[in-house]
Amino acid sequence: MFKLLKYALYDILKSRFAIIYTVFLALVAISIYQVSDDLSKVSLSLMNIMILFIPLIAAVFATTHFYNNLEFIELMLAQPVKRIHVFLSQLFAVVIMLSLSILLGFGLPMLLWGADGSLLTLLAVGVVLSSVFAGFAFLASVLTRDKAKAIGISLALWIYFSLVYDGLVLYVIYSFADYPLEKTTLALVMLNPVDLGRILMLMQLDISALMGYTGAFFQQFFSSGLGILIAVGALLIWMLFPNFLAMRVFKKRDF
Amino acid sequence: MISVKNISKKFGKLQVLKEFNLEFELGNSYALMGPNGSGKTTLIKTILGMVIPDSGDITVGSQSIKGDVRYRKQIGYMPQIGHYPANMKIGQLFSMMKDMRPEIKEYDLELVEAFELDQMKDKSMGTLSGGTRQKVSAALAFLFNPEILILDEPTAGLDPIAVEVLKAKIKKEREEGKLILITSHILSDLEELTNRAIYIYEGEVFFSDTIEELKEITGESKFSPAIAKLMQWTLKKKSSKPLLSHV
Repeated sequence: MFKLLKYALYDILKSRFAIIYTVFLALVAISIYQVSDDLSKVSLSLMNIMILFIPLIAAVFATTHFYNNLEFIELMLAQPVKRIHVFLSQLFAVVIMLSLSILLGFGLPMLLWGADGSLLTLLAVGVVLSSVFAGFAFLASVLTRDKAKAIGISLALWIYFSLVYDGLVLYVIYSFADYPLEKTTLALVMLNPVDLGRILMLMQLDISALMGYTGAFFQQFFSSGLGILIAVGALLIWMLFPNFLAMRVFKKRDF
Repeated sequence: MISVKNISKKFGKLQVLKEFNLEFELGNSYALMGPNGSGKTTLIKTILGMVIPDSGDITVGSQSIKGDVRYRKQIGYMPQIGHYPANMKIGQLFSMMKDMRPEIKEYDLELVEAFELDQMKDKSMGTLSGGTRQKVSAALAFLFNPEILILDEPTAGLDPIAVEVLKAKIKKEREEGKLILITSHILSDLEELTNRAIYIYEGEVFFSDTIEELKEITGESKFSPAIAKLMQWTLKKKSSKPLLSHV
């Protein structure tokens, strides 16, 4: 398993993409740090960019990586190694590469110009979202036999969770504006890893006051130990469930 | 050594293997033939565990291929088209494959030397030509001195010198009493390298016996016409099906 991971990682870290992605993230972080000295503004701007781009890049990259490595996966399957290990080594390689890019690209500017709790949460949320969307991408890849279709599914999931879902939530909130909706919105937030990440971040900043009564409720929920536990638990489920499903399919897939 | 028992496999609606039964013994060299899409590669991939059959079982040695993966240590496999990680260098690929079988310490480097892969070990796999990749695949299949060699179209894409080198190597391994399974469309290669013929047609074993027997049954003294006759028979069998009777 670790041998497989070592070679998968070696291959992925040497690819041009890993370097370009890291440099891109670093440039984004540096330019935002240059614009403002206020750390909470920096973290808000970084969050807005991150929450949109990191899931997208994770989804597209993981799908293309799976298909580009399909023949290598086949080669490994003919060797005396377990299928699960082949799958996990590919998955971990992708997640580790995406996470390292975020940690280096965002982390180095933070080391230079300082960071606070919200920026550290930002790093963690970035890593979590990368794993969630890598999981979606692997699931889409093992379910289809066509790269274009798999990328399509990954992109559709990204569009759904990043754009469409928020619209649906807003629709629900406006339609039922006469009822107390705090708990419903909270439950709806749990059903979307992107929103969950965003709210975990926002709670670290002072702007939750701008979100009215629901914001205050969220603030209270996410600052309690139980609230954090539930949020982290929900994110963990989002990280593990698609990957677990993908692994189950991979075990039975024909190559 | 390998026994395939009642293997069936469907891809969607297409039945690729139907109640497939075959025995492969050590010391024999098998030519696996059949038209495109007849199930040759599927059979090979099923033996290697890359395709999972709907029903039936395969044993290698005395071990079922379900569950335990250690049986694959005895198999050297050369795929039809070898694709490798583009950023990996030849040397790294070889050390990785060695790493996968840490308990094997003795390597058969004959093909590595014959193909001069050592001199190219710093080239990355992505820059190699198709033929050189085939050479790498071949060298890897023989590297661990396995008892079973499965070669899927081994000579396709190789230059004439490399083809001769590879054929000499296959013959040598055959004399050492290994089990060799070759698919190819180049009949002259098969005649040279094998002593038993298996002809698959639409997922069923149409013929499986020695090459002498094949020649006797078809009444031909040469291998190619014998196979050609076999193919004609399969076509007749097909045309006698009610579905195509209007033809």
